[in-house]
Amino acid sequence: MVEPLVLKDHSLESQIFFDRVVVGFALLILLTMFLVGRLFYLQIVQHDIYATLSDRNRIQVQSLPPIRGLIYDRNGELIADNVPSYSLTVTVERVNDMDATLGEIDALIGLTKDEIDEFKRRLERRRRPFESVPILFKLNQQEIARISVNKYALPGVDIEARLVRHYPKGELMVHAVGSVRRINEDDVKRLDRVAYSGTDHIGKIGVEKYYENALLGAVGYRRVETDARGRVMKVLDQSPPTSGQNLVLHVDSSLQRAASEALGNRRGTIVAIEPSTGGILAMVSKPAYDPNLFVTGIDHETYAALRDSRDVPLFNRAIQGQYEPGSTIKPFLGLAGLVSGVVSPEYTIEDPGWFKLPNNERLYRDWNWSIEGYGGHGEVNLQKAIYRSCNVYFYNMAVKLGIDRIHDYLSLFGFGRNTALDLPEARSGLLPSKAWKKQTRGLAWYPGDTVNIGIGQGDILVTPLQLATAVAMLANRGKAIQPRMLKKGASLLPEMATKSENDIGLIPDHAWNLIIDGMIDVVHRGNRGFGENGTAWAYIGQDISYRMAGKSGTAQVVGIAQGEEYDEAELDERNRKHAWFVAFAPVEQPVIAIAVLIENGGGGSEFAAPVVRQILDHYLLADKLSVADRGRQTLKVN
Amino acid sequence: MSQDFVRRLPNAGLTAGRPSTLGEAFHLDWPIVGLTLLICFYGLIVLFSAVDQQTAPVVAQTIKIGIATIVMVTMAQISPIFYLRLAPWLYGAGLILLVLVLAFGREINGSQRWLRIPGVLNFQPSELMKLVLPMILAWYFHDRHLPPKLKHLFWAAVMIVTPVLLIARQPDLGTALLIASSGLLVVLLAGIPWRYVWAAIGAGLVTAPVLWFALRDYQKDRILTLFNPERDPLGAGWNIIQSKTAIGSGGLFGKGLFQGTQSHLDFLPESQTDFIIAVMGEELGLVGVVGLLLLYILLMGRGAVISVQAQDTFGRLLAGTITFTFFVYVFVNIGMVTGVLPVVGVPLPLVSYGGTSILTLFAGFGILMSIHTHRRITL
Repeated sequence: MVEPLVLKDHSLESQIFFDRVVVGFALLILLTMFLVGRLFYLQIVQHDIYATLSDRNRIQVQSLPPIRGLIYDRNGELIADNVPSYSLTVTVERVNDMDATLGEIDALIGLTKDEIDEFKRRLERRRRPFESVPILFKLNQQEIARISVNKYALPGVDIEARLVRHYPKGELMVHAVGSVRRINEDDVKRLDRVAYSGTDHIGKIGVEKYYENALLGAVGYRRVETDARGRVMKVLDQSPPTSGQNLVLHVDSSLQRAASEALGNRRGTIVAIEPSTGGILAMVSKPAYDPNLFVTGIDHETYAALRDSRDVPLFNRAIQGQYEPGSTIKPFLGLAGLVSGVVSPEYTIEDPGWFKLPNNERLYRDWNWSIEGYGGHGEVNLQKAIYRSCNVYFYNMAVKLGIDRIHDYLSLFGFGRNTALDLPEARSGLLPSKAWKKQTRGLAWYPGDTVNIGIGQGDILVTPLQLATAVAMLANRGKAIQPRMLKKGASLLPEMATKSENDIGLIPDHAWNLIIDGMIDVVHRGNRGFGENGTAWAYIGQDISYRMAGKSGTAQVVGIAQGEEYDEAELDERNRKHAWFVAFAPVEQPVIAIAVLIENGGGGSEFAAPVVRQILDHYLLADKLSVADRGRQTLKVN
Repeated sequence: MSQDFVRRLPNAGLTAGRPSTLGEAFHLDWPIVGLTLLICFYGLIVLFSAVDQQTAPVVAQTIKIGIATIVMVTMAQISPIFYLRLAPWLYGAGLILLVLVLAFGREINGSQRWLRIPGVLNFQPSELMKLVLPMILAWYFHDRHLPPKLKHLFWAAVMIVTPVLLIARQPDLGTALLIASSGLLVVLLAGIPWRYVWAAIGAGLVTAPVLWFALRDYQKDRILTLFNPERDPLGAGWNIIQSKTAIGSGGLFGKGLFQGTQSHLDFLPESQTDFIIAVMGEELGLVGVVGLLLLYILLMGRGAVISVQAQDTFGRLLAGTITFTFFVYVFVNIGMVTGVLPVVGVPLPLVSYGGTSILTLFAGFGILMSIHTHRRITL
């Protein structure tokens, strides 16, 4: 069909348009009348109210910063509280001559160039009129006195008392709790300006960072009338701030101190976990630093020294340090071997002190191999392979398992993943697989790679937290845990219930028993003659009054780069192997699982096991005092 | 000019039949030129007060007004037929620039609005869209039967939504809404049946409560604060509380020029730009603000007259939309400063400090004059 030709009806169109413009203009007049009405209401009807607000007084809205939530350990000891700190502030609107004022302050109590620069940067941030800007923090009594006496000559300069974070336990707790630091330029860009008005600090690390929202609380405000000098004449209305929520952590300060003392001045780290809850009882990383330094601002030299120290005190070894697990991985591999049927409890090998892959000349040695030809552990079954830490048995088993099965079984225990609930800096280590090597290096997986994994070396890396978690799951016979700091306290908690879907099923009781028996033998099997004792018996097992299951390990040090300047003795020391020991106790009803790593410490049984023993003795024996007694005791100590 | 080839219509507006004047020769419309410059001058006086009587910003603003005036006069010389032919190209270029700004734009204050050609210029493609969207819609309806059919409304909606979404992505929600409203104005002026309008308003009213319950608490909170800034006196509310105090304390005749305490003691934020009407209200009172509104109404009245006298659909729709969009800016700005509308960053037309807004508005008035002064039938 041909559509009929319709001509544009110009007169109709212009008529419609004319009507629309008339309606539109009428609406325009109506809305303008509405605006005039609104202006009339503000300027005539409510004129007196606004004139009062504007002419005679200046209405100010002042923010009332909330009090940051306190942090307690499991026994109610304070780990983080707030103490008053006096800072010098300047209200720009009331200062006549800023340079003169700064000069005056400098003459009275001294100002460094850094402090002035920092202050000028803070001045450039957006703020409300009459909002004071801090220039110096943490004034001492003498400084307060000098400023107060001369205050008449310093309009706009005030001393303000604010509560700031204080860590009574100093560097003891820093890696367990984290710390707050001063809000810096980058923070300002992403923060809610209102929520942080009147607050100078923000949780930057650890628990303080993870629970920032709960700890911070909600800012309050009050509207006040002030005179022309900014003095408050009358509070019009106010909404008080809501304090941050208090937190109770799983950490046991007494155990933390014992662990720290056991480690002494050595570099290393200790993580202790309560197997039933996953709660972290102690988390030590040494060397550490005093978090209080950062709260009120640290000077550049001190900070540079901390940052550049070769001992990396700012680095939390317990959760950020990734190390080869060494022989501590063996119990977990043993379970994998049993469950997958690669080995049976009765299966034995003859250990000549070395292992060879078929068609390959490379010799993989056992730790007690010697050139003289003596070596090896003789006939070895799985239990003996654990308590003697026989490498050849595990070389053999690892090859039989293959890397991908090893990967799957070990990941059940949380290796290669970050399972920590509330430790924002925790890292996930490295659990290799064929796919991983292909993807990251573009290379195929070789059987030789698997041999090394059998004794926890090569491409496998774990954090001490991961290892302690895995040991706790072993103590639980498969019940999964997610390591956590928080015991109770905030409404903004992550999922608290332990998810049972992560539990490791399908492992029969006899397999758990055999592995755990092997670990008990590591500590308790003694007086059997040369080469038959548990590896750690001689060092910790002879006079022990409770039953402990443990495993030693020794990790190779990933080489020191050539050409770096070290003196001979130091090079020697830094190349020494890392000492590991993991354990849980008491065997019958485990209440603590622990992992200890001493950097460049030497052999695990000789050097790390005594540290574990000392800590467990403290926790299980010396610590029979009631909680109340312990509290009193610490008070005295402090 | 080739007057010989042009026959003036017998009864077409004020200039018909009169001898050639300066205005005719340069395609000027004296009411438009006079009123815009008068409003700008009024704005300069208030600006001088708002910047604490410094001369430098006032000189800078005067130069910007001068440049904008040159642009306005230039645009008036160009025949509307040229704008009609150019419309699809301008629209295409505008869309490309909006995409480019999302890809390469400079980020200022958390949103990407500026396109920068180093050493040459910095500009906001969304500003261009303010004129180009009405142009393309007028072009589209120009050779279609009006009132528009549903099919045509659908395509018009596509033309509106595309740039609006691109601008909303920057994100610049305020400008996106203003540009969307200019598009809707074209559709309304094109004669969309009233029943559609009522149906759309009805649908909006019905779905609003449903949407409200679908929102999360914090989102509701944010919207409530938008409409009631006193809920958040430290943040968004600060500006509104201070601007209301400034205006309210001005009273009938104001505190006198340069006498405003709110603006000069720095209580009033953005007092030279978006909140300049508060300075006017404080210092010149209700009388001063109503005076400005009268000037605005005269200017828009002239725009409305020009639009009904336009001889083709393109001219009518474009002139009408430029006029009414101008009012939308006025209403949104004053509504915001007096606390009846949410705070969106819209400058007060011709008065707020800044060149971009004035340039766009003057270009619009240039087109308006072009439509009015090129009314003729070619032989």
